[in-house]
Amino acid sequence: MLEQINVSLIDWSRAQFALTAMYHWLFVPLTLGLALLMGIMETLYVATGKEQWKHYTKFWMKIFGINFVIGVATGLILEFEFGTNWSNYSWFVGDIFGAPLAIEGILAFFLEATFVAVMFFGWGRVGKRFHLVSTWLTGVGAAISAWWILVANSWMQHPVGMTFNPDTMRNEMQAAGSFWEVAFSDVAVVKFFHTVLSCWVLGAVFVVGISCWYLLKKRHEQMALSSIKIASIFGLFSSLVVAMTGDTSAYQVAQTQPMKLAAIEGLYDGGTQQGLTAIGLLNPAKERHDDGVEPFLFEWKMPYALSFLATRDIDGYVPGINDIIAGGYTQPDGTTALSAGEKMDKGRQALETLDAYRQLKQNGEEEAAVELLPRLERDVKYLGYGYITDEAQLVPNVPLNFYAFRVMVGLGCYFILFFAVVLFLIYKKRMANVRWMQWVGLWTIPLAYIAGQAGWIVAEVGRQPWAIQDLLPVNAAISAVSVGSVRTTFFLFFAVFTIVLAAGICIVVRIIKKGPEQLTIDN
Amino acid sequence: METYSCLQHYWWFLISLLGGLLVFLLFVQGGNSLLFQLGKTAEERSLLINATGRKWEFTFTTLVTFGGAFFASFPLFYSTSFGGAYWAWMLILFSFVLQAVAYEFQASMASPKGKKVWQSFLVFNGILGPLLLGAAVATFFTGSNFVVDKGNMSDLSMPVISRWANGWHGIDILFNIWNWVLGIAVYYLSRVLGGLYFLNRIDDDTLVDRCRRRLFGDALAFLVFFLAFVVRTLVSDGFAVNPATQEIYMEPLKYLNNLLAMPAVLAVFLVGVVLVLVGIARGVFSATPRCGIWFAGIGTVFTVTALLLCAGWNNTAYYPSLVDLQSSLTIANSSSSPFTLEVMSYVSILIPFVLAYIIYAWRALERKQITREELKKDDHAY
Ligand code: HDD
Ligand code: HEM
Ligand code: HEM
Repeated sequence: MLEQINVSLIDWSRAQFALTAMYHWLFVPLTLGLALLMGIMETLYVATGKEQWKHYTKFWMKIFGINFVIGVATGLILEFEFGTNWSNYSWFVGDIFGAPLAIEGILAFFLEATFVAVMFFGWGRVGKRFHLVSTWLTGVGAAISAWWILVANSWMQHPVGMTFNPDTMRNEMQAAGSFWEVAFSDVAVVKFFHTVLSCWVLGAVFVVGISCWYLLKKRHEQMALSSIKIASIFGLFSSLVVAMTGDTSAYQVAQTQPMKLAAIEGLYDGGTQQGLTAIGLLNPAKERHDDGVEPFLFEWKMPYALSFLATRDIDGYVPGINDIIAGGYTQPDGTTALSAGEKMDKGRQALETLDAYRQLKQNGEEEAAVELLPRLERDVKYLGYGYITDEAQLVPNVPLNFYAFRVMVGLGCYFILFFAVVLFLIYKKRMANVRWMQWVGLWTIPLAYIAGQAGWIVAEVGRQPWAIQDLLPVNAAISAVSVGSVRTTFFLFFAVFTIVLAAGICIVVRIIKKGPEQLTIDN
Repeated sequence: METYSCLQHYWWFLISLLGGLLVFLLFVQGGNSLLFQLGKTAEERSLLINATGRKWEFTFTTLVTFGGAFFASFPLFYSTSFGGAYWAWMLILFSFVLQAVAYEFQASMASPKGKKVWQSFLVFNGILGPLLLGAAVATFFTGSNFVVDKGNMSDLSMPVISRWANGWHGIDILFNIWNWVLGIAVYYLSRVLGGLYFLNRIDDDTLVDRCRRRLFGDALAFLVFFLAFVVRTLVSDGFAVNPATQEIYMEPLKYLNNLLAMPAVLAVFLVGVVLVLVGIARGVFSATPRCGIWFAGIGTVFTVTALLLCAGWNNTAYYPSLVDLQSSLTIANSSSSPFTLEVMSYVSILIPFVLAYIIYAWRALERKQITREELKKDDHAY
């Protein structure tokens, strides 16, 4: 049996989760994005009766099929990993966190599984309209699934609607409104739109990119141009919404996870009228938040922008990492921030009170136990801080956050420009001739993947050390398995997912090279 | 019964039902385990794969939903069993991952060799999946090695509530012969169901003939192992809970007593077993073997649901601990809060609706059986 949680167990468990989640995220966005575009194309087929739309739909559907199964396969692991690798987490918050996962299964996954079968195998077996409805329902299923999993994730970033129960030693939903609070929290709503629309961006980039390849090869040009047109309209719309909701996300992060924002900005010492670092190079020599080393080798700031982003006021106060550790400033809700040390003390007290409470209960001294409850209630908000041993643990990985955020936002702005140019060329009927733009289109595909991965790195690495913000740090969230076991499964999944990814790419490339066979007729 | 306890019983019923459905849907795995035994030529194998290939998503999704529902309703099981019997679950998941991609991948392989490699993953999952899931379910009756202590939360060096009591982390499931017995029974059951499913779906004389000849042996093996497990479970001591004190103790003939104390469950169990037998008989002897799967399928759902109810209802510890009896999980000590169970119960009202559209969509797709000619015409065949 394991006697002590050690750092490498935590790290390997995190690495495993990150690995599997990031692989999952290589497939999910295309599923969500293509589902929409296929729906539109098939609707055009049913509405206009033109056979070519059916061929286009079927072609994209083939790629969807390969992508979809890998998404499903990688998702399975993720779901069970909460139990296998984050077992303490599963008990501590399962009462709230489990519900969205179960609802996702009941409401979303079955919808997808049922209608995806009709979509693939139903051509010629079911009526046109039933088929069309099935295609849309597959997409709806995917979107509902995204909703519930993002509700779960938002709750980890910004826990609401729960009460700690010292008898069961966990957080519970206890009031009638709490379920709705969890399911429709502001953070969840914004996260849903930002994430799902970012998937539509990726879907659009993918369709435009592959179509550009056909233009370059001068094959299936008609399909390519039709696809580009539809995809870039949706791409432009989606990328504008992504930028807007991304801005709202950042504002929410400032309210609910100020440490994450500080890490994203590499902001150690905050203040009012803060500028936003547009370009910067972090100083690799900086090792700890309080070592006095200059954080930047070079930076260029947009004046006032950070204050405006974080508080919607150019004079607003934005705390830096050192401010958050030291406390003493006024928080958005009007209270004065505690220092990290104070929070850690309170956390430890909460744990001690809890221990005493349980001892008394076990000895049957109910009354004495109940007397401890007010004390517990006072400190329990900081329970998670009781597991923190050094205030430096409260600082997430700054370089990763800083650069990942800039990659995402930079690419977000680039996609807007990209779609605008593509639409312009389509409008001018020059898309088929401008070769450099076709190359750009093709090479934009990987960028969309990079943007999404970078976004998750910001969201998840910026949450460290918390598994649940302020409630449960990762070192108290894990399972008591041996490091060796986790390391082995890490490499097992790494190998299998990599093989699956490679095989998947080969197959998709082959499908694309082969092209939509029937189409040779209309070219 | 007070409301909380009602909800706990209701959710244990849903978990049992999902478990029953999952075992029924393992016909996909069973069918895949027969792939090379039934399919001698590439074309025959393609027929078989196309038959299970339109259903595997449901088995997979039921597995996922089974996990999700267990998490939401009995989170302590989620953390104790998955975090403890780590390797058992990981191997199960691993085999399902390979299966999920194998269908599309084998279809896309140009070389016969590549095709065979991915097809063999279907067989791998077809054998390992039912075997390990069966063995895992057996531990509901035979017990596992873990300790649960919620006081650990305040132990800063090791704040984990559920801990496995040995370093085997789930491999130890295989150290108990009776877990093997149920695992093997489920494996053969899935093959029987797979065979019956093929008889229903595939219109091909050679395959039907081969299928029926296989069926008898598989059914016999299933019956022997299944009866052995049931008899031994009924006559052995079981893990009982004292409802007043929540103390757990060993009670002789506990599971037999449970069935007698819950005649409805006993009836469901017996009807289930009879239906399975009728289904098998239909498949093996009848001139029209097509409906065998329906009898055996519904029978499987009934039987497994009843067995799981027997493990959790009537003051029984459904996930017993052998090293520390009082750590055993019961539906009372491992469930979610009343409020969560209530909310989830409202959600569960949608389940019949989900079943309805599944049935509707299946019927729309499956009016005809699969034939060799049809596969050649279909551009989305596996
Ligand atoms: C194609 C992908 C893509 C693009 C172009 C953008 N994002 Fe994004 N972003 C995501 C894909 C994404 C994501 C993968 O969907 C994330 C990860 C977690 C989440 O909620 O969404 C995310 C998270 C995320 C977060 C963190 C939320 C959290 O921690 O909970 C912020 C602050 C932003 N985004 C802001 C932006 C801004 C200002 C953008 C400007 C254009 C932008 N994103 C473009
Ligand atoms: C599919 C998109 C996602 C990606 C790419 C992703 C990425 C990551 C990364 C990179 C980490 C490691 C963080 C670190 O250790 O520094 C992580 C951890 C984690 N994420 Fe996510 N994540 C995704 C979605 C989610 C969702 C939807 C949830 C919850 C429902 C979630 C829950 C977790 C948990 C529990 C951990 C482990 C604990 C921790 O390190 O905080 N993730 N994820
Ligand atoms: C880390 C937390 C996550 C878990 C535990 C998880 C779990 C799963 C599971 C079990 C499946 C397979 C479902 C099936 O059997 O059909 C799946 C597929 C899927 N997941 Fe995730 N997922 C996570 C993150 C996400 C995120 C962040 C999104 C979207 C925003 C997402 C969207 C989807 C979609 C659309 C599918 C359908 C299949 C596919 O995309 O290929 N998942 N997920």
